[in-house]
Amino acid sequence: MGGWLNFRSLNQEGIVFAIAVVLFVAAAIGLPGFIDPNNLVAIVRSVSVLGILALGMAVVIIGRGIDLSAVAIMAMSVAWYLQLLNTGTPDGLAFTYVLAGVLAIGLLNGFLVAYADVPAIFVTLATGSFVFGYVRSQLITQDAVPVPQGHWVELLGGLRFLDVPIEVFVFAGLAFLFFLFLRYTKWGRYIYFAGDNPVAARNIGIPVRPMLVLRYVLSAFVALIAGLLTAASLHSINTRVVNSTLLYDIVLVAVIGGIGLSGGRGGVRNVLVGAALIGILLNAMTIIDIPLLYQNLIKAAILLGAIIVDGIINPRDEQTAQQGDI
Amino acid sequence: MKLIRTLMAAATALAVTAFVAPTFAADDPGPAAYAQALKGKRVMLVPLAMGFDLAQGWAHYLKKEVEAWGGTFETRDPNWVVDAGAQAITDAISSDTRPDVLIIHAPDLNSYSKLMKKAQAAGTYVILVDNPANFPADAFVGSDWDRLGQLEAEAAIKGCGENSSKKIGLVQGDQANSSSLYQYAGIMKVLDKHPDFKVVAKPDSNWDATTSRNVTTTMLQQNPDICSIIDFWDGDATGASAAIRDAKLDGKVFLVTTGGGEKAADCDKLQDGTYGAVVMTELARQSGDMNAIIKFLLQSGQPAGTSHTYIYTLEKATTKADLKPDSCWDLKALQAEAAAK
Repeated sequence: MGGWLNFRSLNQEGIVFAIAVVLFVAAAIGLPGFIDPNNLVAIVRSVSVLGILALGMAVVIIGRGIDLSAVAIMAMSVAWYLQLLNTGTPDGLAFTYVLAGVLAIGLLNGFLVAYADVPAIFVTLATGSFVFGYVRSQLITQDAVPVPQGHWVELLGGLRFLDVPIEVFVFAGLAFLFFLFLRYTKWGRYIYFAGDNPVAARNIGIPVRPMLVLRYVLSAFVALIAGLLTAASLHSINTRVVNSTLLYDIVLVAVIGGIGLSGGRGGVRNVLVGAALIGILLNAMTIIDIPLLYQNLIKAAILLGAIIVDGIINPRDEQTAQQGDI
Repeated sequence: MKLIRTLMAAATALAVTAFVAPTFAADDPGPAAYAQALKGKRVMLVPLAMGFDLAQGWAHYLKKEVEAWGGTFETRDPNWVVDAGAQAITDAISSDTRPDVLIIHAPDLNSYSKLMKKAQAAGTYVILVDNPANFPADAFVGSDWDRLGQLEAEAAIKGCGENSSKKIGLVQGDQANSSSLYQYAGIMKVLDKHPDFKVVAKPDSNWDATTSRNVTTTMLQQNPDICSIIDFWDGDATGASAAIRDAKLDGKVFLVTTGGGEKAADCDKLQDGTYGAVVMTELARQSGDMNAIIKFLLQSGQPAGTSHTYIYTLEKATTKADLKPDSCWDLKALQAEAAAK
């Protein structure tokens, strides 16, 4: 019984953090070059874009939602932006169009979930497909769109501070802003109330619906930033990423870090822990030269484990059972 | 001598007759037979996706030729989704306007085998392009990936030079696509003959540029003295090149890749030194091969599935030194040409 109690006192974030530390120490001892500062920077960088997307996802999930359109928004908005630039649209105008488009999709997601009461999983699945299909067929001519030479996006990719790539600072900065938002602002705190019990939150006068819309707009905006950083590093954006496992990896980072899918729990720290585990894991597996098939298997096994542990530690409560989660 | 003189006289006489003979034939029977066999025939291209250079180039050249002989040309866009491609092929076979020739870009060795068999049973010729599959198609047109891998390895060895670290890194595609598997086999064949060269890492990119960047970063981190990297596709080699750029190893790591020979994707990057060598497919010639085999099959009178021809495209590794104005084809120019019509 005592062991059970100890287990209960250890939450998922703690478990995952412990796994990450164990992996880190094992890799540091067993793998030559792993502990090298440059490799550590590379690890953080490799999960920066993923982590940024996971921050947006985290805020949505805490409010008991999910945003499956994030990757489509990330890739397609930037692809459209670059296409506009390549066909000679002035930069300011092109960026205004794209920003307006991104915010419009965020608003649409939020409106449909908040006011039309359509489940978030269906809304965002549909808008994601719509964004991909529309942009791919109507606005751009091929999968990969290059960044025009000498454009600020290209320069952004080469930006370093103390030899650390810019993505790392953007990730850190956004993580800090999200932390402040969730912890110290009224609307940030309200997200937890709304995620934990939407009906009670509305009864005590919290503007649940406008806040819901805000979260999807935030997620869409964060996706745009992630897309710009991707294009900055690769000097192009390939819309094929929409078909990749990136979306699942984002959910993986959030959930594995301990943000319960039933809402109301978790924060920025969970995203950081989840991203750290994935980063260390992928880096170590690449150094050992494990084939991709097995990498996916190992990643999937860890996600499954995290979900099972989440189910045991954060059991469905009466409210969730009645209202359902995402 | 007399005999030779007689023979020469005879030959001259024959040549003169042959030269004069056509005036007696009122019509060349060729064009009529050609038109009769081809007119109204349907050709459909199902690539992995319509959104990348190779598929757009093939479609351009095929459409031009097929429409010129009075046929219909269509494409389907599975957008990299295997199921969507299977659906497109199924629909095509069972529709009233079943294509007479189906050109398929297979995603892996096995996925479409049953469907292709069905198509042949329905009377449709199946031509595989670019990616081989475990299926006896009427024809395969594309690269000999094993040979292509050998060319890449030879270019990498040359790019490294005798006084280098002789360490080579590979960024493979995946472990399912025949182009990736055979490319790897070809590379290893050459490296086996050069035992002093070593492959220090061979991660997969899953054809994704960000993954390619991340694994290449790790690879360079572990082995900063790598002299050459072979990335299995120019579609994701932008990631490997970003990692090299970030590690400030431009000019020190000779990046070899393969692609469709499109100007912006390949030649421009050879020119600016991003790639050291690219094994490029001569797209116009490859499309020409497809057009020829389509015309042959439709006139042959043989039922679908009764012959198997392999037409490998001639490949070579191109470097900055042997770039010529016509080394690449220009997708933008083709699109402009299509838009002007």
